[in-house]
Amino acid sequence: MFFVGITLLFLDFSGLLKAYIGWMAKIQILPAILATNAVIVFSLIIITLLFGRIYCSVICPLGVYQDFVSWIWGKTSKKRKNRFKAADNARLANATRVFFLLAFIALTARGFTGIASILAPYSNYGRIAQNLFQPIYIGANNILAAISEHFDSYAFYSVDLWIRTMPVFIISLVVWFVVTAFAIKGGRSYCNTICPVGTVLGFINRFSWLKINVDEEKCKKCGICAMRCKGNAIKVDKNSGEVLKIDYSRCVDCFDCLENCSFNALSYCHKANKKNGCETSNNEKAQPNENADKDGMGRRNFLLTLGLATAGAALAQKEKKVDGGLAIIEDKVIPERATPILPPGAKSISHFTQHCIACQLCVAECPNGVLRPSTSLDRFMQPEMSFERGYCREECHRCSDVCPTGAIKLTDSAEKVSTKIGQAHWIEKNCVVLTDDVNCGNCARHCPAGAIMMMPHDPNNPDSKKVPVIDETRCIGCGACENLCPARPVSAIVVEGVLEQHEI
Amino acid sequence: MDMNRRQFLGTLAAGTAAVAGCTSKKEEELKDEYTSQIEPPKGKMTYRTNPTTKDKVSILGYGMMRLPYRKGDKEKGEPDEVINQEQVNKLVDYAMAHGVNYYDTSPAYCQGHSEESTGIALSRYKRSDYFVATKLSNFSPETWSREKSIEMYHNSMKYLQVDYIDYYLLHAIGMGGMESLNGRYIDNGILDYLVEERKAGRIRNLGFSYHGDIKVFDYLLSQHDKYHWDFVQIEMNYLDWNFADEMSSSNTDAVYLYGELVKRGIPAVIMEPLLGGRLANLPRFLVEKMKERNAKGSVASWAFRYAGTPEGVLTVLSGMTYMEHLVDNLLTYCPLKPIDKEEDEFLQYVARQIVNMQTVPCTNCKYCMPCPYGVNIPAIFVHYNKCKNEGTLPMDATSADYSRLRRQYLISFDRNIEKLRQPQHCIGCGECMSHCPQGIRIPEQLQKIDKFINELKKGQEIS
Repeated sequence: MFFVGITLLFLDFSGLLKAYIGWMAKIQILPAILATNAVIVFSLIIITLLFGRIYCSVICPLGVYQDFVSWIWGKTSKKRKNRFKAADNARLANATRVFFLLAFIALTARGFTGIASILAPYSNYGRIAQNLFQPIYIGANNILAAISEHFDSYAFYSVDLWIRTMPVFIISLVVWFVVTAFAIKGGRSYCNTICPVGTVLGFINRFSWLKINVDEEKCKKCGICAMRCKGNAIKVDKNSGEVLKIDYSRCVDCFDCLENCSFNALSYCHKANKKNGCETSNNEKAQPNENADKDGMGRRNFLLTLGLATAGAALAQKEKKVDGGLAIIEDKVIPERATPILPPGAKSISHFTQHCIACQLCVAECPNGVLRPSTSLDRFMQPEMSFERGYCREECHRCSDVCPTGAIKLTDSAEKVSTKIGQAHWIEKNCVVLTDDVNCGNCARHCPAGAIMMMPHDPNNPDSKKVPVIDETRCIGCGACENLCPARPVSAIVVEGVLEQHEI
Repeated sequence: MDMNRRQFLGTLAAGTAAVAGCTSKKEEELKDEYTSQIEPPKGKMTYRTNPTTKDKVSILGYGMMRLPYRKGDKEKGEPDEVINQEQVNKLVDYAMAHGVNYYDTSPAYCQGHSEESTGIALSRYKRSDYFVATKLSNFSPETWSREKSIEMYHNSMKYLQVDYIDYYLLHAIGMGGMESLNGRYIDNGILDYLVEERKAGRIRNLGFSYHGDIKVFDYLLSQHDKYHWDFVQIEMNYLDWNFADEMSSSNTDAVYLYGELVKRGIPAVIMEPLLGGRLANLPRFLVEKMKERNAKGSVASWAFRYAGTPEGVLTVLSGMTYMEHLVDNLLTYCPLKPIDKEEDEFLQYVARQIVNMQTVPCTNCKYCMPCPYGVNIPAIFVHYNKCKNEGTLPMDATSADYSRLRRQYLISFDRNIEKLRQPQHCIGCGECMSHCPQGIRIPEQLQKIDKFINELKKGQEIS
């Protein structure tokens, strides 16, 4: 249910669903921690202490996704269904988990939340959903839109399909591949090897009130439960005659073992009424250590270098000779910005980088083609704004509505239009007023803050062509001017981000 | 021919299929009645006589400005869209078979490909079976020189595959005022050259088409004794008859233009009888009033009958893109049933209603295109007018229909006009304005629509 809900949340581009299922993203544990939402974090811990890793088997969308893949794979043959096995080298397996957990904490503490999020379950799922699933969804929608256009219906409308940032797209693809491969090979191996949330909840799970217990007398040590345990948590050693051992740190409470035990030897209860104490043991497996995040981050800013490659030139003003036809429009390129522009409500770069888990929900949501994940190392995969496709429209606050971590947070619409997120700057050499010798003023006409005035280029000659002059106290950095500037490929008016957002 | 006929009858497969076996009189009559509605009769075309050359010209002239397009074949190196020559040939065949003998083109039409296409279609007929009209479209100052203009004239003959031109026009005089007239035709001696060409028989009729500054029209007519205009092409329809200046202050009422021609005995060729389809796309209450008077006649037929009624009209040009346009016009003109006095009054009433609607008086002629900043000007106006006429503009936020209309408007707008070609990209350079035969203040209108859309978007998000 959560899986379906969150997937829909990422697929939906209309902004309708967020009102109904937006909360599903907000009860994810890492977002809740970053949002310092103590109630949710506390509740999740209590739930784990009482019922075990229910979070992993029900709430976490990546966990359910793996179960889904694992289940499909198990369907294909009996051998595959019985493919699980607890690790031989438990010490190594645990060391790996702890290593990833520490790495995650260290990166987050140093402010590299974006990079750390390569390990995080919810944000990985978000990136996969936004980068891989949403395009399929939009593609299907666009086909329906074409059909409904054919029948003159307005039920569906077409939406742009585009890759926001190539490196992040590639990372999502790699992570998707790795997670899926892990799920096929070892069920919940990702959750029990890499996932920092899994490691922490696994630790808590050892102390949970209700857990899987074995009835020593009933258990025939057939091992079927172990072969079907996708958490690889059950170990049976027939030869040594030892008891069935369950590693509770790996158990995700999927209850597959209960269903599969022919002797009713397993039950989900408090251990008190069982003969055998079912010690929590430490001897487990060592999953072959594949590196989950083999995709390096060396692609830094490669898109940005395109920025100033071509200077200024607007559309060639061709001498009109025949009627009809459309002028060719060159695509805009992303200008090089010294300071990134963050969505209104992000408060400051430092606040934002610490709180954003790079799940891409806002990116999936943004209807104006403004938000896309960053390629800069210090804000890796966290969203930033650019205005080649659209600008941050005043009536829209969908990113703030859906953000589960509170990294983007607006109290009301009024706050949005009065928050300065950037500052427009005029680039004289690109301005069509001067390059094409025409009247323009499109930036001034569309500035929602009234921050642009058209003034004579030559102050001594009131009849000279009028060029834009920016009132920096009024400019909020929404990017309308940059987006609607006719100069291509680089606009003649470009917005720089601010370090600290503030009200004007 | 039979193929085309089948197309129209195809819709009534059952009805026609029955014909074979049935001989009952009643059914024959029914069939005749039906056929008379869908199939124009042959040999019934109304003709007008040109007083100088005695040409018998069909009252319906084919305007080759709105030819059908098809998707280009990328592998053959064709552009995105090319003229659908096969379709053009079919249209011309059908027109010829029903007596249309006047074909009007220009080097500027259809991004410069109209003459060639017209030439291909017409060269399949005997030269004496058709009259071809083309123009000296030397708008760009680059082509004002004598050599360039003469080259354009010779190219026209080459593309049209003819060694004489029946009707040759100075194209759209009045645009750019007297200065442009002098630059294009007088100072370079081109007008005198064309008069010589007429003497030599390579131009059978010399005239001009007029849009814009009335001074130029008056000046050229004042020189009638010198140049002997064989015909003049003017914009005339029931809206422009009295209300041209009310739609756009730079335009002149057709009642004046036509009157000046009649005074001098110069035949008039009529363009924009339907205002680029605007007079075929009327608000429902006007359509109802028309259908009350004549249920079977099309809305467009009123405009064509109106334009063809005055005796001084030589031919009425219509840019017929689809076979259905051609068939409808042939039904109107085979033969023409003139507008009577009462009907004339009714059409003046319709015109007043249209003026009150305040649509943008764009005829989708595309003279303004291409906009150097990529805006699709005519598509924006056509969409706006259509919604206005249909009463589907979301105007009143308190009405129950508002949110449905709003959604419909915004979605249909995006469907009709690519995002980068929408009105917010109009920078107001004004490059288009001098090309607009209707004198529309294009940037002002675009910005008005932009503002309207922006307000709609601000209301709420579309979901």
